[in-house]
Amino acid sequence: MNVIETKNISKLYKQADQDIKALNDVSINFKKGEFTAIVGPSGSGKTTFLNTIGGLDSPSSGKVLIDNNDITKLNSNQLIDFRLRNIGFVFQSYNLIPVLTAKENVEFIMLMQGSSKSIRDKRSVELLKSVGLDDQLNRRPNQLSGGQQQRVAVARALASKPKFVLADEPTANLDSSSTANLLDIMSRLNKVENMTFIFSTHDQRVIDRANRIITLEDGKILSDITVK
Amino acid sequence: MGTIIKIAWRNVWRNKLRSLIVITSMVLGLWSGLFTVAMSRGINEQRVKSAIDTYLHHVQIHNPSFEYNLDINSVVEDPTSVLEEIESNSLVKAFSSRIIISVMASTAHGAEGVKIIGVESEKETSFSDISQNIVKGNYFSNTKSKPVIIGQKLADNLKLDIKKKLSVTFVDDNGDIQRIKFKVEGIFNTANSIYDGGNIFVKKEDLIDFFKNKYATHEIAILCNNIDDSNILKENLAGLFPNNKVETWKDISPELGSVQEIMVWFFLIFMSIILLALSFGIVNIMLMAVLERKRELGMLMSVGLNKTKVFLMILFETIFISCISLPLGILLSYLMISYYGQVGIDLSIVSKGLEAFGMKSMVFTDLPIDYYFRITILTLFVTLISSLFPARRALKLDPAEAIRSL
Repeated sequence: MNVIETKNISKLYKQADQDIKALNDVSINFKKGEFTAIVGPSGSGKTTFLNTIGGLDSPSSGKVLIDNNDITKLNSNQLIDFRLRNIGFVFQSYNLIPVLTAKENVEFIMLMQGSSKSIRDKRSVELLKSVGLDDQLNRRPNQLSGGQQQRVAVARALASKPKFVLADEPTANLDSSSTANLLDIMSRLNKVENMTFIFSTHDQRVIDRANRIITLEDGKILSDITVK
Repeated sequence: MGTIIKIAWRNVWRNKLRSLIVITSMVLGLWSGLFTVAMSRGINEQRVKSAIDTYLHHVQIHNPSFEYNLDINSVVEDPTSVLEEIESNSLVKAFSSRIIISVMASTAHGAEGVKIIGVESEKETSFSDISQNIVKGNYFSNTKSKPVIIGQKLADNLKLDIKKKLSVTFVDDNGDIQRIKFKVEGIFNTANSIYDGGNIFVKKEDLIDFFKNKYATHEIAILCNNIDDSNILKENLAGLFPNNKVETWKDISPELGSVQEIMVWFFLIFMSIILLALSFGIVNIMLMAVLERKRELGMLMSVGLNKTKVFLMILFETIFISCISLPLGILLSYLMISYYGQVGIDLSIVSKGLEAFGMKSMVFTDLPIDYYFRITILTLFVTLISSLFPARRALKLDPAEAIRSL
């Protein structure tokens, strides 16, 4: 079953009287449990594609179906609610809330969803344990390393039990051991919890772990390879 | 909501120095505003009190035509009945009847047009503050000669001193010119140098001989037990004695009464200007906080924080800054206003200038409690308004763009 389905999506930007096509008629499907890397040179449309399927950006034309619901028809408030309940985000610069502890950062999403305190407590500890940070629960982001912060970000992304996780160059700011550690965690979550991950990346180490590699160039899909 | 409040509170302390600068500026702004208003009120209250104690008193009764030209024949009608009524009225604390004549006071050194006030000296002692403002000599202790009490200003102008003679010339009720010699017994110095230069006090019995009517009275001055009873007493007496003119101190000197009302508006306008200036500081600091946290706000909106909550978060941050500044500012103001309300601020360095306006050089700050409530409401209102612009900027952020911002 397709979790995400895009139908002829295009995205046009105006730049100095020039129309730039960041996405050009992209149609693609993602199935539950895929571990996909979206690759391509800078400016190929990777981030625009992730933002579009994540409901952060709306396409100029085409449809984005998440579980057969067309999210391009939702207004901004509906989109915020949709993202909260269906999508996990991992950002390149971690983007944790600096004034909250690791546990509070993970709990935050569940709180927005209206989960009870007992559920929040239990799940946030479980998730932080699953990313190996059960001893760092009460530390704030500035007391954690970059790798640890990104692991908290992964835990946060999973906190809402999303349908899929979008990660925009998640390893770009990490050293090799932190990258390996993060990829191990995400691979495990993909295998154990059947969580769908979609990355945009330049990082060969991430590409090597992916079971599907989509290459974008000039806003078009150049190749779509499934790795056995 | 709890987490939004928690984040907002912690955000306030993210940049401690910046928050402390805003809080300090708000505290100092509130303090300076409230203290200035309290000082202005103190000056005005003292001016009113000084005027009432020295020459206005709470209620005055005259012949209706007296005040236009101080005509010697414009005496209070039926003064005996009026005085009997006043004596039995429970609202009255003290009273005195006076003869007032426009005279020319002269010495070998010069002459000045002044008002001579013939008083019942014993009654006046407990009534007017002239006896307490004697700076040289005594207040009607010598009964042998015709004593006169003069102001320091007049003494300076006519080079007069204790025991010196002062010659007074006036037209009596027959139209004849009369001349009396008085001996200076005391010199007073009130808060009002103009009053000191234009009024002299003698015993009523030293003037009454010049009147055919031995009960001639130009003015009956009354002090009430409570200043707020002035109007009631005025209404009572005006109803009983319609041929006389009964006036309260506010009727006689409306500018003094209106200053008190103007002070309320002065307070609101003055504090609004200070708070407006402070609001720009708040807007600036909150806008800086929003723009600095663009990426974080973008992330919050990306992961599902709706616009209402983003708005509330910025609103709470602003309110927290106010909630810290406001009590501190009010407490500091209250303590200083209370302290200087007791001890007073010595402005003797500019006493000459103050005396020209009828003010003493010691100012006691005064601010009623309801002013503190007004400023609290005003500050909270200004804070709420100040938070709207930064909050709106936060709402306008495009999450996808904000998240990529540096």
